[in-house]
Amino acid sequence: MADVKPRVKIPSSASAGEAFTVKTLISHPMESGLRKDADGNAIPRRIINRFTCEFNGANVLDMELHGAVSANPYIEFEAQIDAAGEFTFTWYDDDGSVYTTTNAIDLA
Amino acid sequence: MTFRAKKVAVLAVATSFAFGNTAVAEPDLDAVLVINDELEMVTMVDPPAHLEGALDKVISGWHFRDAATRKLETDDFENPAFIHVEQGLTAWETVEGSEGESCASCHGSIEESMKGLRAVLPKVTADGELWSMENYINDCRENRMGAEPWGWNTGPMRDMTAAIALQSRGMPVNVAIDGPAQPYWEQGKELYYKRHGLLDLSCASCHEENNGNYIRADHLSQGQINGFPVYRLKQSNMISLHNRFFGCVRDTRAESYERGGPEFRALELYVASRGNGLSVEAPSVRN
Repeated sequence: MADVKPRVKIPSSASAGEAFTVKTLISHPMESGLRKDADGNAIPRRIINRFTCEFNGANVLDMELHGAVSANPYIEFEAQIDAAGEFTFTWYDDDGSVYTTTNAIDLA
Repeated sequence: MTFRAKKVAVLAVATSFAFGNTAVAEPDLDAVLVINDELEMVTMVDPPAHLEGALDKVISGWHFRDAATRKLETDDFENPAFIHVEQGLTAWETVEGSEGESCASCHGSIEESMKGLRAVLPKVTADGELWSMENYINDCRENRMGAEPWGWNTGPMRDMTAAIALQSRGMPVNVAIDGPAQPYWEQGKELYYKRHGLLDLSCASCHEENNGNYIRADHLSQGQINGFPVYRLKQSNMISLHNRFFGCVRDTRAESYERGGPEFRALELYVASRGNGLSVEAPSVRN
């Protein structure tokens, strides 16, 4: 996978207290560290090890990911809001990279 | 016995009564494929004239997959092929080669210029050769961009064919089989019905005579190619059509043909013509 690219899908607006679905996907090889290359050398582990979601600075979801998660991890969950604001999604890579994307949502 | 799918569906209903449970539901011929809640696809049509007597209905491979796999294709966000489509779209805009050109510098917007292309390929060029989409891409890369051609079955090629095929999604497959295309079509038809390998199987042995039946734990489809390139869950990657052909012929324990070679291009034309009328589903999801 050439480049890592996060994608998020949320509604553009939601009413207060209404549960809506948040879908996230990041393109990532999720190399488990258990495989070997053609010469028999171990391929080092490189996975997304943590994913967080914040809404206006408040934590919504904070999860750890481990070696058995497949490539291109897809995470779906439900959330609700009581004010308009901005979701911040963050993925933490084993190689130290941090990928962030933000999505604004209005109160319907 | 060409319309197995219906027969199996009836059997499934019968067994669910017998055992009082919810038995297997696929192939589900009543399912309707609507993408992103707006684009309704044609997944079942009457066969084109040249298939008279061979198939009662032309059915997209989508119907033969289980409900979870079918659902993946209904939403572009959940369809894993779109990661690859995005990479193809990036490559479309990327300048490469000695001429300093990208695809976009000649063709402009991919949405406009490539619309409808997937539905009519492969087709015969002015020089009388039968070309698949990959041939056109590499012709541009070599002769207009001055770039290295991509291997037929490489990641960038599959990503680009997926991005281009997407622009025709929902349009009916309509390949020409008469005029200059006819000899190629005849060649493809011969290949389709010719038995190959130690197992002595033709394409028709499985996909015409036994579609809807199990092959190991999976259902045989009609082998329609309206969804190619597909995201195949088994490989968690995009799979090009010729790679799929290659795998099928290899599994008959025959020496397979070359991906991109004249045999598979002729077969591509013939198999595409068996699905004339189905919506282009690419990039689809299969298992």
